[in-house]
Amino acid sequence: MTALDEIKIGGLGASRRRVEDARFVRGRGNYTDDIVLPGMLHMEILRSPLAHARITSIDTSRAWEIPGVRLVLTGEMMAQRNLAWMPTLSYDTQAVLATDKVRFQGQEVCVVVADDPYIAKDGCDAIVVEYEPLTPVVNPLQSRAADAPLIRDDKEGQVDNTCYRWEVGDRAATERAFAQADVVSRMQLHYPRSHPSPIECCGSIADFDPATQKLTVYMTTQAPHIIRAAVALVAELPEHMIRIVSPDIGGGFGNKVPVYPGYVASILASILLGRPVKWIEDRTGNLASTGFGRDMYLAAEMALRSDGRILAVRMHADTDQGAFFADAQPTKFKIGLLHSAFACYDIGTGHITAQGHYTNKAPGGVAYRCSFRVTEAMFFQERMMQAAAVDLGMDQAEFRRINLLRDDAFPARTPFGFLVDSGQYGKCLRLGLDAIGYEQFLVDQAEARTRGRRLGIGISTMTEPLGAGNSREYDILGIKMFDSAELRVHMTGKAILRVGAKSQGQGHETTWGQIVAHELGIPAADVIVEEGDTDTAPFGMGTYASRSTPVAGAAISMVARKVRAKARKLAAHLLECSEEDVEWELGRLYVRGAPHRGATIQECAMAAYSNMPDGMEPGLENVAYYDPPNLTWPFACYIATVEVDPETGVWDVLRFVAVDDCGVRINPMVVEGQIMGGLTEAYAMSSMQFQTYDAEGNMVGSNYMDYLLPTAWETPGFELHEVVTPCPHHPIGAKGVGECAAVGGPAAFVNAVHDALSDTGVRNIDMPLLPDRVWQALQDGRDVSGMPPVRSD
Amino acid sequence: MYPSRFRYEAPHSLDEARSLLAQYGDEAKVLAGGQSLVPLLKLRFAAPELLVDINGVPGLGHHRVEAGVLRVGALCRHVDLERSSVLARHPLVASAAPLIADPIVRNRGTLVGSLCHADPQGDWASVLLALGGHVVAEGPHGRRPIPMAEFTLGPFQNALRPGEIAVEAVAPAPRGQVSGRYLKLERRVGDFATVGVAVALETDGDRVVRAGIALTGVGPHTIAATAAEQALVGRPLTAATVEEAAQLAAEASRPKGDHRGSVAYKRHVVATFVRRGLARTDLEAVA
Amino acid sequence: MSYGRAGTSEVRETRTGERRVTLTVNGERRVVEVEPRLLLAHLLREGLSLRGTHLGCDTTNCGACTVLLDGEPVKSCTMLAVQADGHEVTTVEGLGTPGELDPVQEGFSREHGLQCGFCTAGMMLTARALLDRVPDPSEEDVRWALSGNLCRCTGYQNIVKAVLWAADQERTS
Repeated sequence: MTALDEIKIGGLGASRRRVEDARFVRGRGNYTDDIVLPGMLHMEILRSPLAHARITSIDTSRAWEIPGVRLVLTGEMMAQRNLAWMPTLSYDTQAVLATDKVRFQGQEVCVVVADDPYIAKDGCDAIVVEYEPLTPVVNPLQSRAADAPLIRDDKEGQVDNTCYRWEVGDRAATERAFAQADVVSRMQLHYPRSHPSPIECCGSIADFDPATQKLTVYMTTQAPHIIRAAVALVAELPEHMIRIVSPDIGGGFGNKVPVYPGYVASILASILLGRPVKWIEDRTGNLASTGFGRDMYLAAEMALRSDGRILAVRMHADTDQGAFFADAQPTKFKIGLLHSAFACYDIGTGHITAQGHYTNKAPGGVAYRCSFRVTEAMFFQERMMQAAAVDLGMDQAEFRRINLLRDDAFPARTPFGFLVDSGQYGKCLRLGLDAIGYEQFLVDQAEARTRGRRLGIGISTMTEPLGAGNSREYDILGIKMFDSAELRVHMTGKAILRVGAKSQGQGHETTWGQIVAHELGIPAADVIVEEGDTDTAPFGMGTYASRSTPVAGAAISMVARKVRAKARKLAAHLLECSEEDVEWELGRLYVRGAPHRGATIQECAMAAYSNMPDGMEPGLENVAYYDPPNLTWPFACYIATVEVDPETGVWDVLRFVAVDDCGVRINPMVVEGQIMGGLTEAYAMSSMQFQTYDAEGNMVGSNYMDYLLPTAWETPGFELHEVVTPCPHHPIGAKGVGECAAVGGPAAFVNAVHDALSDTGVRNIDMPLLPDRVWQALQDGRDVSGMPPVRSD
Repeated sequence: MYPSRFRYEAPHSLDEARSLLAQYGDEAKVLAGGQSLVPLLKLRFAAPELLVDINGVPGLGHHRVEAGVLRVGALCRHVDLERSSVLARHPLVASAAPLIADPIVRNRGTLVGSLCHADPQGDWASVLLALGGHVVAEGPHGRRPIPMAEFTLGPFQNALRPGEIAVEAVAPAPRGQVSGRYLKLERRVGDFATVGVAVALETDGDRVVRAGIALTGVGPHTIAATAAEQALVGRPLTAATVEEAAQLAAEASRPKGDHRGSVAYKRHVVATFVRRGLARTDLEAVA
Repeated sequence: MSYGRAGTSEVRETRTGERRVTLTVNGERRVVEVEPRLLLAHLLREGLSLRGTHLGCDTTNCGACTVLLDGEPVKSCTMLAVQADGHEVTTVEGLGTPGELDPVQEGFSREHGLQCGFCTAGMMLTARALLDRVPDPSEEDVRWALSGNLCRCTGYQNIVKAVLWAADQERTS
């Protein structure tokens, strides 16, 4: 009997074609907007045109008169049901519909429910809202000014615009280290506000059945179980009477984690009307009101020895949270995992302080393709590394090499408390440098410079903590960050797997089956995967922060192993031997010493329903809840080369090399897809994609004419390489990967452009590196800040 | 995004279209390619009472060169110009066509519609202006040419009178040796121009016979850089004359500083693009 | 109801303001009555239940709603349904046959040219039109042709490979 070929059955390492594609390429996906229910009505939102204003009156009478309008909701009507405000995922409150004043442009003021969305929109146009304008606040400097208006006057005890304060590290040790430093390198920069902007906007269909009192909500959520808990708390409905269904999702990137006013309003509308109510957000609604990422300011210093060793790092971060603290992040960490900065380097010691600021801007601070602010952490880290190398007069690759953790340093505790457990950093860096031809590039660069051409090379090396929890440290609103899987093997050996995570394009239906194939030898094609329905899926925290594979993926391994354990008992029964004498090979159990006497996993499954031993519970299924012992620590080395046109400030990417160590790759094709997608967002953020505000608080970047996503034309080609260091604690050695490239990528592009300007004294141009900013820096030989408000001269 | 209600008519003749426009006056809008108008309807920035869809009107889809004169009908799509084989003597038009919006928009959008839309960031107006072209309007009192220099009155305002419809854009026959190029600084494919510069040159030997330089996105409407043009006419293209034209064009621009760049930057790009537009390979020896 | 009432060719009184539109969708003749303000995308999705065409923006940028109008890609959110009168429309549901995928569809799956799937219909239809016009495109041709369609997941590299795969397949078969 020959052993099963794991690749052939679609197991670990198989670049198996995606199961999802069969419906997507035929246009037969099932996204929220595709769902049509009998009697369904449509909801549109009227938004505030002003950033900061008191509402003096709202007249909805003309809207009610439009034929086909069924309901108009105002903040006052929400307040009557105690629903005008809702909790955010960061222990703040957020207005569902404004009652007292509006606090950002685009804020939800009224909703209209009608027979179709055209009429609902007519209804919104017919509402007259009168505002008394107030002074808008668009950056942290304005926010903390002595004469700043109090934005959150709704909150008892709130005396200024401070949202939170936080610190970590060892202040005293850091001060001592700085006193010893030969060189202190300083950096100030802004990571601009950016929006995840999946191509599918947010939306929901709330369907409250007056007969059964059951509420079903089909919606664009990356975390359906969290939403169920939130709805139970906000709407005061019993949790068993709430069913959240997350159908196909057209991209999430963190945007679809929070609870949004539109969801809540559609739920109330359905409860009031007893009919299904669909809300599909438009693009401006998505960009102007839902969770953005970043908008963080950094002031940092690095203490260095003249031989290039880092002695300490000191950082202060200010975050612009907008009008409400609406991050989705672990309770303990007010500024997410910013303190994961420098985890891949031996930095001695460090100290980080942080402060959050309310402003009159859209609420958020969500983890945009990111584990809770690690994107900012790694960008700051790698920008500081480049600046420090320049200050030391050292080669930037060499400066990284001597400070990276060595292979024998693991497990290593960082000065900020993380335990980094594995990696081969030096190998990754060397592979990247060789792939790009580093030494030759430096020669070419110097030669080109003599002819007036500005070439640059940028490096970004980083490890980041992916896959929250463990539950000791990670929770959202007190709910521990574990995940789950439930596996039921049918009598013919086919199986259904239900998981607490929720794919938004990551391909879970494909890769989850591969884990089962690896653990049980059941071909991946024989496993159907279901996610996103809270009535059927086991409780899980959802998909974001690259946590699906580290947490839910591990749960799948564990549940499959539980099933395998029972199959062993069934095999002992079938083979008439003791359980201790049963050996496992992929897909088959056999008698030790007599390999020809065996039972396949399918035969064991049949026995579970037709021939179980006396006293054994029938069936072959189980559930596993997995609480990881640590985060996973993928490592990456990204290197970009660019050419800057000094006349226009336009820069082009010449080459981009990516070396990713995300541990064992379940489906290499899918992993590479994640990396290329992430690199594209990295390129977008470094070159064009951002949101800013003018002095009146008008958002620039509230539609795709100004919020720029790169097309196939601008997006560079990516050269991918891999190193595999298995995760020591994950059941199959896998690590998270979805966000690595988006987290580590931006610094490679940005460092490359700065390298091209290395003779000009320009230390920092804030992202995105728009041509005018690059040109301005070249003109003046000075840094260029991206802090709003944007100029208007 | 959902438009407000409007009436819709799809006339089958120009006469019918004209009489609808005359009847409704300012309350009517002509729908040709719709690539600017339909988004405005969806955003409810425009809410006309009547849409007159001219796509069914025969005889407007052409673009042809007759005795050197380029005539572009009101239903000629950008893509027709992008793929055209008759533009050898109109290189500026050929070079601008692929830079309009994105490939899908180019399948529907029209040059004449873009001129009528009069967006200060619209590319075609600069092209026609640089070429010394005109728009042919048909109205209750017959046909009249409107020079491009007089066609755009301000942001989103054109010189058509109530009841008039733009049926054709015309670029005159160039003389002598012809060159031309449209340079566009866009942040991404499909973006509006941060700065656009249209350069059209007619030369006789090494002397410039006619120069057309027009600027997109750096003023309340498209700007003809007349002084820059004059600085070239009758003179050879040299580093000095090119530089003079570049500086004069930059001075003619009236940009606003915004998130796309400062006043100084935009002026600088105007000068740079004029320089690049004039530095054609066939003139390298001269420049 | 402004989504368009699908009907047959029988003569029927139209409601005030509604227009009768006859178009061919994926080879099938359809007669519908619509309000003039109805967008083609909404007619396809709601009136004709062809929900493979998606809407991603309001400003004619993303291209998710791309369909073929008489064989050329157009953004169906930027056309009125009434404008499709007398024209042929191809949506993603019209690609391939129930039994056999179009090479473009096959290529997208084979080369991992999609992740969330939301932009995919528009991408594939644009690609289909390209290959119908240019059977042997370069990578640059493909990137240029697709530059009116935004994808947020893939980074385009695999989309380009998918289109080139389809081109290769069609030339050799």
